[in-house]
Amino acid sequence: MARLNVLLLILVIACALGVVTSQHKARKLYVELQKEKDRAQQMDVEWGQLQLEQGTLAMPARVEKIAARQLQMQMPQSSQIRYIRSGSGVVTQP
Amino acid sequence: MNYAAAIQTTGQIALPAWRSRVLFVMLLAGLAALLLRAIYLQGVNNAFLQQKGDARYGRVVDIHAHRGMITDRHGEPLAVSTPVESVWASPADVEFSMNQLLNLAKIVGMTPEALKSRLTDTSREFVYIKRQLPPEQAEKVVKLGIPGVSLQREYRRYYPGGEVTSHLIGFTDVDDNGQEGIELALQAQLGGKAGSQQVIKDRRGYVVEDVASLRAPKEGSDIALSIDSKIQSLAFREIKQAVEKHRAKGGSIVVMDAKTGEVLALANWPSYNSNNREKPGISVLRNHAVTDLFEPGSTMKPFTVAAALEEGKVKPGTVIDTAGGTFTVNGRTIHDTHPERSLTVAQVLQKSSNIGTAKIALGLKPETLWRSLNQNGFGALTGAEFPGEAAGKLRDYKKWRPIEQATMSYGNGISVNLLQLARAYTVFANGGELKPVTLLKQETPAVGVKVYSDATAQAVRDMMEAVVRPGGTAPLAQITGYRVAGKTGTAHKLENGKYVDRYVASFVGMAPASDPRLIVAVMINEPGGREYYGGLVAAPVFGSVMGASLRLLGVPNDASLDNVMQAPAEIIGEEV
Repeated sequence: MARLNVLLLILVIACALGVVTSQHKARKLYVELQKEKDRAQQMDVEWGQLQLEQGTLAMPARVEKIAARQLQMQMPQSSQIRYIRSGSGVVTQP
Repeated sequence: MNYAAAIQTTGQIALPAWRSRVLFVMLLAGLAALLLRAIYLQGVNNAFLQQKGDARYGRVVDIHAHRGMITDRHGEPLAVSTPVESVWASPADVEFSMNQLLNLAKIVGMTPEALKSRLTDTSREFVYIKRQLPPEQAEKVVKLGIPGVSLQREYRRYYPGGEVTSHLIGFTDVDDNGQEGIELALQAQLGGKAGSQQVIKDRRGYVVEDVASLRAPKEGSDIALSIDSKIQSLAFREIKQAVEKHRAKGGSIVVMDAKTGEVLALANWPSYNSNNREKPGISVLRNHAVTDLFEPGSTMKPFTVAAALEEGKVKPGTVIDTAGGTFTVNGRTIHDTHPERSLTVAQVLQKSSNIGTAKIALGLKPETLWRSLNQNGFGALTGAEFPGEAAGKLRDYKKWRPIEQATMSYGNGISVNLLQLARAYTVFANGGELKPVTLLKQETPAVGVKVYSDATAQAVRDMMEAVVRPGGTAPLAQITGYRVAGKTGTAHKLENGKYVDRYVASFVGMAPASDPRLIVAVMINEPGGREYYGGLVAAPVFGSVMGASLRLLGVPNDASLDNVMQAPAEIIGEEV
């Protein structure tokens, strides 16, 4: 009887220690998870900022200005336009 | 005496036995009281202490919910929330050196005196020093390491389009709630609901365990508008140029997909930059294309003609006696600037004859004309659900006098907003079907309401094509490679119930006329120069925006590339 009691006591102590360690591990993992979540959020934020930056850089008004001033591009005159009809393979000027 | 004797004899003090017993019982009673109290607190009424205990390490943290992004139809961002940092302080805890104070003041852009005065009230526990600093500057504040000064993350809205989209998108307040435009109209979808969560924090403030989620955060949803940002920027540039060129008070433009009723562009000038916190006065803030009413003038004529065609009262070739330029109804005289003895119905529209239109209208029952206008959405909200939209005024036909019926037929005595007018023209682009207007991207084409028969719509569209040919009121609206159908409008402004010599010039048209893809409506308010006719002021804006948009969308040409015919020296001005 006494032996069984000792055995059970050891078992209980072992279980208690197990609970403590697993709790500790769980918390450590949770911290890790939290860090990853923060990182994800940080990246989300950065994505938003990059998108914003891209949007600003790709504003049609800006693109047009650069095309016209820096690259010396211009809208084609109607006489300079050729239409290619699909299928016929013939270049026409309507 | 006895006492002294007792000491002397025994060397001991003999105390009465009851004293120790009393002490023993008292101690026992004290112990029992403590025991009972302990049992009571830990066993019976333990909620209070439990809560206090939890409060040592348990915390409730808020979880921010992101405000949804607004994009155009191709996914280009038009409004994006990004985090910024707000600097706050607890005045009682703040300690800084003179040097730190100067640095902090410099970063947040305040004078050191103002900053100091903000921190004098030590009874307050939370004072904002500066809201919404960019992250880089916030980092500098952290580096100063002033105790009692901390950062709080907040979110701020940025609009890459700035003044180009400001009227349409609107803006949010400092707490990211919509205040104007789409931001306000769709606040319910865009705005997220912050959640909260119960966690356990360790000594250093790190979250170590997630106990329970009290309220799950609800992220705001992203919204795709029907706007095409390229067309939007084009429309904005052109309306701005036109307003400046004609020294007008303002101008608005609406570009609409003729098939679906989706608004592809909506712009006004003067505009403002919605990224600035300081907002201009209400007159610049208003989205004039939607919130302002004007008398449309001749742009209403196609609806009168269509109603008469639908009733079978006239045919495009029917000759109307235009009475040589003057026509009197109820004692009031209607004029035409280009007097003619007679015109066909098609010519009435082409030359924008008021007398012709009035006579056509007077041949109709008031109810017929009213129903035609009403079914085209005049006098009612468009359903675009833009905040502050003005419904316009279409008076009850039972109260019309003949002169009112006559003037209404050419757009006087009725008020509309530009979006409403553009939408009404979808009936001519879709075989008589009025499309619902929307600012949101549609996946499936919306079903409209049939107002006119196919034949009527086609006939009116053909007549409107003549408007832009030489001999019409708007040859400047012609576009290389595309057939155009449209109608000019020039109306006196109404001030305090009287018509004054200031004008609203407008043009509404569609192209390619063979199978309309786009509708563009232009309105210029009070052109200040000598030119004020819709055909001179508004039609060129239509021409350049429509032409460029069609090319941008890759719409196939329906005319040869030398289709633009030289305008005659004098463009036919319409009666106003």
